[in-house]
Amino acid sequence: MPKIKLPTKSPHIDMTPMVDTFAVILIFLLLTSQMRSPEPANVDTPFSISEKPTPDFNMMTFLLSPDGKVFMNFDNGPDTAFKFRPKILSEMGIRYGIEFTENQLREFEKFPSSIGVPILQMKEFLDSQDAEDRKTFQTGIPMDSTDNQLSFWILYARQVNPNIQACIKGDSKTTFETVEKVLDILQEKNVKRFNLITNLETATINLEEIQQ
Amino acid sequence: MAEIIQEEKGGGKKKAKKLLPHMDMTPMVDLMMLLITFFMLTTSLSKAKVMEITLPDKITDPNQEAPKISASRTLNIILGPDNKLYWYPGAVKPEDFNNLPPLMETDYGADGVRKLLLERNRTLAKKIDDFKNDVITGKIKIPQDSVASTIRQFGRIDDTGPIVLVKAYKNANYGNFVDILDEMNITGIARYTFMKIAWYEETMVETAAGITSTAQASAN
Repeated sequence: MPKIKLPTKSPHIDMTPMVDTFAVILIFLLLTSQMRSPEPANVDTPFSISEKPTPDFNMMTFLLSPDGKVFMNFDNGPDTAFKFRPKILSEMGIRYGIEFTENQLREFEKFPSSIGVPILQMKEFLDSQDAEDRKTFQTGIPMDSTDNQLSFWILYARQVNPNIQACIKGDSKTTFETVEKVLDILQEKNVKRFNLITNLETATINLEEIQQ
Repeated sequence: MAEIIQEEKGGGKKKAKKLLPHMDMTPMVDLMMLLITFFMLTTSLSKAKVMEITLPDKITDPNQEAPKISASRTLNIILGPDNKLYWYPGAVKPEDFNNLPPLMETDYGADGVRKLLLERNRTLAKKIDDFKNDVITGKIKIPQDSVASTIRQFGRIDDTGPIVLVKAYKNANYGNFVDILDEMNITGIARYTFMKIAWYEETMVETAAGITSTAQASAN
């Protein structure tokens, strides 16, 4: 019997199934995930067992950074169509006697993350185009008793959007003094229900052990 | 790489062969990989969860008194500095500041505060646990969304569990605060609230943690 000689050719792998798989993964990722917007401060939220998802709209988020700065964010979601953000800013402007131009209001509306700029520097902040430049303005919202801008932000946010819910996003290392100040201001403004943003973890309880 | 395999047939005349069109997919795979990596890095898959808390009304009228609660059911938990956790039962009056009761120390783990709370909240925790098991095994047929409200109803009619007052010393951190509220949810405590720490309780923490008030004053 003569040996069967296989023709030598370069190995060729059919990539089509691989392309199919990747396409499926890609579509899955596109549909299930949402863009992560860069926050002005890095925050590691603590863990809890709560399974309630974050609301998608009608919320104001207080971002409490580990070094005690407070940033605020309004209505990130589909309700941007109602243009709450520019309304809130122009109310703030009227309160502090600052007039914002159409352009500045639009910049404020478009800004993707939380804002922690003192109102007096807001104009410069909105006018500057450079992201690095803008970062230097993010010094946190003043909230001491002489110049309590945070309480006015809350006031106007609730006037403009009565359904707004308060969410607090804090770092595990944020000192309680900061948290307490924010809670105090919220309480003063009659906001009594908050959502604390956390990550999910599981916990077990052992009832038998304590039955004694 | 796509290649045309040429075969000689019979050695006779050459025939234009019918070939399946074959495309090289490798660049496409490269591109897809790149896109997937990009999306994985820039998006977050899991949505953050929220924990709801409700604070009591702020007392603005000086004549209005805080609601009275029975001291025998009261459990005070104080978040201390350096991730320490203190507790004492009952109530302390500002009058006996010379004779303050000592604080008990515990920790945030499963053997610490969770055990402490479960021991006191045994009846309610057992009831909630049994109810949840019955729902899972199908003994009780109840729509999924009314489970939480039924559990809340258990809490409302419960009159043996503790009333927990959470207070925070100034050096505590936000993680501690969320942890302790989370423990309340885990152990199913029906009545708890967050309060401002009283000055005599600050003294008690300072004694227990070994901070002298003068040192604190000079640090500020």
